[in-house]
Amino acid sequence: MISRQDVEHVARLSRLALSDADIEKMREQLAAILAHIDTLRALDTEQVEPTSHAVPMENVMREDEPRPSLPQEAMLANAPDRSADFFRVPRIIED
Amino acid sequence: MAEAAAHRPIHELTDAFRRGETTPTAATEGYLARIAARDADVGAYLSVTREEALAAASESDARYRAGRPRGPLDGAPITYKDLFCTRGVPTTAGSRILERFVPPYDATVVERLAAAGAVMLGKTNMDEFAMGSSTEHSGFHPTRNPWDLSRVPGGSSGGPAAAVAGGLAAGSLGTDTGGSIRQPAAFCGIVGVKPTYGRVSRYGAIAFASSLDHVGPFGLDVTDAALLLQAIAGRDPLDSTSIDAPVPDYVAGFAAGVEGLRLGVPDEYFIDGMDPEVERAVRAAVDVLRGLGASIERVSLPTTEHALATYYVIAPAEASSNLARYDGVKYGLRVPGARDLIDMASRTRGAGFGAEVKRRIMLGTYALSSGYYDAYYGKAQRVRTLVRRDFEAVFGRVDLVVAPTTPTVAFKHGEREDPLSMYLNDVFTIPASMAGLPAVSVPCGLNRIGLPIGLQLIGRTLDEPAVLRAAFAYEQATGWHRRRPPGA
Repeated sequence: MISRQDVEHVARLSRLALSDADIEKMREQLAAILAHIDTLRALDTEQVEPTSHAVPMENVMREDEPRPSLPQEAMLANAPDRSADFFRVPRIIED
Repeated sequence: MAEAAAHRPIHELTDAFRRGETTPTAATEGYLARIAARDADVGAYLSVTREEALAAASESDARYRAGRPRGPLDGAPITYKDLFCTRGVPTTAGSRILERFVPPYDATVVERLAAAGAVMLGKTNMDEFAMGSSTEHSGFHPTRNPWDLSRVPGGSSGGPAAAVAGGLAAGSLGTDTGGSIRQPAAFCGIVGVKPTYGRVSRYGAIAFASSLDHVGPFGLDVTDAALLLQAIAGRDPLDSTSIDAPVPDYVAGFAAGVEGLRLGVPDEYFIDGMDPEVERAVRAAVDVLRGLGASIERVSLPTTEHALATYYVIAPAEASSNLARYDGVKYGLRVPGARDLIDMASRTRGAGFGAEVKRRIMLGTYALSSGYYDAYYGKAQRVRTLVRRDFEAVFGRVDLVVAPTTPTVAFKHGEREDPLSMYLNDVFTIPASMAGLPAVSVPCGLNRIGLPIGLQLIGRTLDEPAVLRAAFAYEQATGWHRRRPPGA
């Protein structure tokens, strides 16, 4: 059974700020969904290979040739905050 | 535009352009007027690109005047689910976190349809990041079903489906991860195609679950859906998962009919609790296909009952990774006043994502987290193999699987508050998604209160020709695709 601490831990890993009320509701909903998912345990998959893609994929290679890319200005145009040609974010390293 | 013209299939409309009976500009103006008059009720659109549409229509007019239209889609007024990047036109994926995002490039499918001459009317609504089955989880507003405004259009591609059903676009593109094209097509009484995984490029389509996301069309009939698929299918160097295989002429293949096709009806798709009217309509459709010369046999897909649980591990796990990029740095929302970078990302994501998206990110992160990975993600990938093997075994005996698209008709807004009951909607569409198989939903009747029912046809990998050919034969024999919502 998923605990309140589990939910808080997963919220931190997920970078999601949740309110106290959200955390309890989330715990109840996740518990119900996980109970359904746990029905998979009844299946014997010991000898079964996992499928990661529906259509088998090999490495897809191309020539390593430079091509034009989108201009810097176009890529910065959607930034919530910028400084010159950089994305600006809150300070990461202490003085 | 005459009211009747609003529900004209693209192939009839562009035939009329060629004969000079009407023009792309007249059709586009007609659709824009209908959107202005009626979309307040339906809520299909998130943005309407009026100027761009009229400019594109005028260029198409000139090509017809010169006797050189680009093909059967030239001048067709269409719409895109709002997760396809459109250069210079806001693209939100139905999420507040992308409310102000304006892509600097077009998705490959948008580029291909523009090259075919199609006219974009605007961008249409969806469940946030394509997570949902009702379009109630849009970050902006819900979309209503044109057949009954108190009901949902299905989801997550509810906007593109309701637009076509409601006469607010002649065709559209959506995406299908667990049923998000086929289920809204069934609920809205139109045709929706989920092609083979990799048949259509996803470059520029905002990702939900990368091993399951498919791009596909909605049309008023099978011919329109086939023409749209024809234009967007094929290898794209910008999507390494796109398949390098020739694209057959789908419409040319219709002539072969279903004579001699072997169809399998799986026991597991007729379950307790499904709507008896849906079962009756689908069984009647099977009889129609038999009457057209197909042979029918009972088959079994025993892992069907486990596909849903498998999906609700794999899709959220992949989503939790794909949605990590929405951190308030490069685009989209940023909540100000954060202590540090992690606090900024957490507050931005807490405010920008809706409840369903948060639930799935949490579920996916949990399933991938240390100590749970093997029990959940590893297990689900192994069960996915069993789902695939079920189909491989059945396709050794039959050419197509015939089944209902959904267990019920469109439900009412607010009726499925509990997440698990909402997920159960996708129980018949998820298996083909997990196996990456081509599938179509085609209208197969109306229930006693006039709501549409969908028939699902599933084929072998890359066998869109058989899927579409059987769907075409069925629709021509029954005419259900010509039924329109009352008053629409």
